Amino acid sequence: MSTQLIESAPVTTRPASRIRSRAGGLAELGPIAAFAVLLVLFAIIAPNFFTVFNLTNVVRQVSITAIAGVGMTLIILVRGIDLSVGSLAALTGSLAALSLAADPAGHSLGGAVLAVLLALAVGAVVGALNGLLVTVAVVPAFIATLATMTAVRGVALLVTDSSPVSIPDGPYLRIGLGDVFGVPIPVIIMAVVFGLGYLVLHRMKIGRRIYAVGGNPEAARLAGIRVNRVLMFVYVFGGICVAISALILSSRLSSGQPAGSVGLELDVIAAVVVGGTSLFGGRGRLAGTFFGALLIGSLVNGLQLLNVPDYWQRIVTGAVIVAAVVLDRLVRRDRTTS
Amino acid sequence: MTGTISAPADTAFVRMTGITKSFSGVHALRDVTLDVHLGEIHALVGENGAGKSTLSKVLFGVYAPDAGEVLVDGRPRHGGAAASAAQGIAMVHQELTVIPSLSVGENVLMGIEPAHGWFIDRRRLTALARTYLERVGLDVDPRRPAATLSVSGQQLVEIARALAQDARIIILDEPTSSLGPEDARRLVGLMRELRDGGHGIVLISHDLTEVLEVADRVTVLRDGRLVASDRASAFDEDALIRNMIGSDVSAVYERGDRSAQRIAPNGPALRVDGLAAPGVVSASLQVAPGEVLGVAGLVGSGRSELLAAIFGATRATAGAMELFGEPYRPRRPGDAIRAGIGLVPENRKEQGLSLDHSIQHNFELAALDALSRGPWVSRARGAELYAAYAKRLRIKAPDPGAPVATLSGGNQQKVVLGRVLATGPRVLLLDEPTRGIDVGAKAEVHRLIRELAESGLAIVMVSSVLQELLLTCDRIVVMRGGRTVGELDAASADEESVLSYAFKG
Repeated sequence: MSTQLIESAPVTTRPASRIRSRAGGLAELGPIAAFAVLLVLFAIIAPNFFTVFNLTNVVRQVSITAIAGVGMTLIILVRGIDLSVGSLAALTGSLAALSLAADPAGHSLGGAVLAVLLALAVGAVVGALNGLLVTVAVVPAFIATLATMTAVRGVALLVTDSSPVSIPDGPYLRIGLGDVFGVPIPVIIMAVVFGLGYLVLHRMKIGRRIYAVGGNPEAARLAGIRVNRVLMFVYVFGGICVAISALILSSRLSSGQPAGSVGLELDVIAAVVVGGTSLFGGRGRLAGTFFGALLIGSLVNGLQLLNVPDYWQRIVTGAVIVAAVVLDRLVRRDRTTS
Repeated sequence: MTGTISAPADTAFVRMTGITKSFSGVHALRDVTLDVHLGEIHALVGENGAGKSTLSKVLFGVYAPDAGEVLVDGRPRHGGAAASAAQGIAMVHQELTVIPSLSVGENVLMGIEPAHGWFIDRRRLTALARTYLERVGLDVDPRRPAATLSVSGQQLVEIARALAQDARIIILDEPTSSLGPEDARRLVGLMRELRDGGHGIVLISHDLTEVLEVADRVTVLRDGRLVASDRASAFDEDALIRNMIGSDVSAVYERGDRSAQRIAPNGPALRVDGLAAPGVVSASLQVAPGEVLGVAGLVGSGRSELLAAIFGATRATAGAMELFGEPYRPRRPGDAIRAGIGLVPENRKEQGLSLDHSIQHNFELAALDALSRGPWVSRARGAELYAAYAKRLRIKAPDPGAPVATLSGGNQQKVVLGRVLATGPRVLLLDEPTRGIDVGAKAEVHRLIRELAESGLAIVMVSSVLQELLLTCDRIVVMRGGRTVGELDAASADEESVLSYAFKG
């Protein structure tokens, strides 16, 4: 049942069918193959890993990095990076919680909608700020988002007075905890975000421009593309994706955590890179990001079930990230020279 | 004409025999034999893909041959490229490897810096570097950052580095292709000096005139095989070209048909008046529909910069432009494209194509708006349009979904040209349209340019190859120091008259 969930996500099946039709699809199969191996391994050795309950839980957890990963994939495709993800998730989750806590109607449906819109708007605004720093101020993305990472964390602590904001019981909590016909709502949201990301990248003009700007910015400019607009788009899109992740996270925790999600950006970047997207831009796919997130998520989960101590979990995760990237590089080199 | 010692064959410093090398089953070299003597300039010529670069990289140790033997000074060549210096072989690559943030002297003595223990001895480094710089005729302070040197200066630094490493054989890959005529002439002089000083030089060049002028021996490669190797005096340009392409020359260098109407009754398509922009001081020109206007000048004279300004890639700071009688002032390339101006940029790898991406996507890039309904790209329309242009421009590509990097230079150039034409321009700007493409493909591009002009386009074409301008254009304007300094009728102009404007204005 729960494996079907994974396979029925629209984004994962469609590119998979294209992979076979393209020469050299092996490189893009890397994260999928690694995930399959891991799945079988844990099913054998980890107690309770291959159960509906556990796998549902894994996918719920993974949805947070995977959704933010959609935005990050677009940003990395244009040779950018976004380090402000964790801070922005903390800020948008906290603001949603604050707005719900302040709802005089005591967490009505209207209040929940307002909280969601507020979080998405703030995500877009901070994304736009990142975009403006990169395009207008011409600050390298690494530095620009390092700055917003620090400043946005400060804002999150400021507006919450540095303490967690609990969310009263109500419809908002269904975002992270509810399900529809047995399918967890975070999984549905994830499927929608990936579907949207696919349309943007592979069906819309902006997608072609994103790949073009990442592949060769100067050529894109001379082809009449307004490079700065493309950069603005991906950073705003990325900010909104982070806000969506933050909605799920705050709802699962029933609170906004202004000091939480530290280092989330690194998990997200790891998922994108393990998924085969090149940090040099212009090359990568959302399906890779999905399986990258799933790979890392189920790895951590399986190790937890095996009672592997936390520090070993980290060491193993680090090793797997390196292994995935090295493997990917070897496969690519094979393809280009043979 | 040269003071070369006619060395007996057994004194060859480098002897390559039966060299075969293939990449993914495709032969790049088959059973090629090459001797290089000290005190001679040995030129390697051939079309792109003929195997010149592969052969020189086998000699330099970048590739190990699949079969065959390389003897250096009587001993088998060993180790990779890093072991070349120790065996007396140096290579100056087409893409220069000078490190811009280091000083000139540090670049010259890279890897062999004079030192006290772990610390570099700056004074000795400067003094030593100066002696090598003098030998290559580069009069600059070795302490200067290498980034401040021109391309020709950086090239000389690399040659000085080869001398510092005590190289006996120096491989020069297209050394003059990015130099203006004056610098090129200086380099040719230096090659002769090095030869007379007892070095062996392997010269890879597309410039046949230069090859015949400077080389002692010439080896012609075609499709990875050696087709001719003899003393330079045994060849003339036609003979070289015949050997390179394996067919008769007259078909290749056919002078374009100039029957196109010269002056349109409705006035010029594009008129540029006293334009100033980054790199352009003051440029004026006009071009009519159906006309090809050449822009000649030395490298750095502002030719490419003029095209960039017309295309809106840089902002004009003074002057005026008119497009079909309407004032025209582009703020960015998109404005130019919408107004009906297309640019085929100078360097297709850096400015034209996204090499990892498919031919189809590269082709569609500039015409996306026309291929889309709202924000959605129509794949069917894209495929249809590509098919039409692939046919018209005779693009030879088996699969439009394949990465554009898999195409030959000529076909890549046609993809860029097709992309530009797909935007429906009325004025076409071409910057070095035949750079780095095969002799055969060049002739085809020349024909296409004439065809496009005859279909009514106004074309402005920048080229460093004067012969190409004289063949293809109706009129030629000459630039010098950022200014347009003269205009010539291509039918009556010759290389000398153009050059006299370019040098003296």
